[in-house]
Amino acid sequence: MALLTKKDAGLILDPLADNNPITIQVLGICSALAITAELEASIVMSIAVVFVLGVGNVVISLMRNIIPSKIRIIVQLIVVATLVIIVDQVLKAYAYQLSKTLGAFVGLIITNCIIMGRFEAFALANGPWKSFLDGIGNALGYGVILIIVGFFRELLGSGTLLGYPVFGDPIMKTGLYATGYENNGFMIIPPAALIVVGIIIWVQRSRNPVLVEEN
Amino acid sequence: MAVDTDKNSYTVLFAGIMVLLVGSILAFLASGLRPNIQENERFEKQQNILYAMGVNENGDDAGSVNFIPTEEVEGEFTNFIKEQLVIDENGNIEKNDDAFLIDLKKQLAAKKKGKPFQLPLFIGEMNNNKYYVIPMYGKGLWDAIWGFVALDNTMTVQGVYFDHKGETPGLGANIKMRYFMDDFSGESIMDGTQYAGIAVAKGNNDPLNNTKDDNEVDALAGATITGNGVAAMIKESLNLYKDYLETIRVK
Repeated sequence: MALLTKKDAGLILDPLADNNPITIQVLGICSALAITAELEASIVMSIAVVFVLGVGNVVISLMRNIIPSKIRIIVQLIVVATLVIIVDQVLKAYAYQLSKTLGAFVGLIITNCIIMGRFEAFALANGPWKSFLDGIGNALGYGVILIIVGFFRELLGSGTLLGYPVFGDPIMKTGLYATGYENNGFMIIPPAALIVVGIIIWVQRSRNPVLVEEN
Repeated sequence: MAVDTDKNSYTVLFAGIMVLLVGSILAFLASGLRPNIQENERFEKQQNILYAMGVNENGDDAGSVNFIPTEEVEGEFTNFIKEQLVIDENGNIEKNDDAFLIDLKKQLAAKKKGKPFQLPLFIGEMNNNKYYVIPMYGKGLWDAIWGFVALDNTMTVQGVYFDHKGETPGLGANIKMRYFMDDFSGESIMDGTQYAGIAVAKGNNDPLNNTKDDNEVDALAGATITGNGVAAMIKESLNLYKDYLETIRVK
């Protein structure tokens, strides 16, 4: 028997494109604006969200029949906050440099609406295995967009990728800068992320007209 | 028998158990990991102090900030830092080999409330030069910023290290990038006989920071408030140590 049925594989693959949490479900936009000025930050945030959403979905799914409906949002918040604190503390104890790199991102996960969105929309109604796959799939779909946005913002805004100069030295005017090229300062401020996300949505919907909502 | 999860008594019981459970897990985790975390923070502080006085593993690649390895930092710290001083509210100076453990944030809070406080200062020696390393603490845009500045006895900056808690990645967070920190080296903190600090100036038309006697370095794009925070932090911290610095300053 295959490890993943076709439906299970869909849970992982759909959020990567046609049911992407950012471009289609419009979840997690705020963090996509806030932390994508650098590619490294985008990658680190994506990995952290994969962990928190994967495990969080399983925990919520296991508890789904005993959570009182009146306080379910609070319970979800407690679960995600606990996971985030555990990740933060373990990193500080055993991977200190990485925890420094993560900085504010780990805390930001608590307010990431993808997490609550998937708890509400999926984990409360499905079993742990399916919820795990849904969590991983959605976090990866979120990560893909974050990395694409981070790539363009860092490249065009700072002329670097993962901190390495790609276009030359902007101060000494070497490489591409010698020809008169200038870094686009607009790309490193958050509104630029909206434009990049908008372009991704545009490309995605023009390639797949099914995604376009009817008036 | 199915439980009625909508009952008020169930809701209260569930919330109580959940709080107890989560509280216990986090308390257990925090107390178990505390020794490791404290050790990591101690090493980091030593690395930061050494970085400010120029003991680091930075290569020619101007983009990277490299500390000396964690395994070696304790040994190197005792090699390079010859004296650790503590200055109290009355200006008394004492030697204290654990001065680097003093939490500047708490001391500044105590000072604000008019309570007794202690200010740490480190004297390092490298290639027969003396470095006076001053810890700093201030406010950025979102949260705390802190760092160390290493001076010589002419009050010229020999190196700095800045760090932050939650500045925006790609913008204010760049205060800990090497291209920004390197600009401070060689700047004088004096304007005549006044402790002027160093301004983080926008559009000073000196991106390479060739002019070292203007008390100015080039600002970071899109991070005005964090940059101003850095300038304010330097000025306020130097003011705290002014009396001591006057005793070592070569006029």
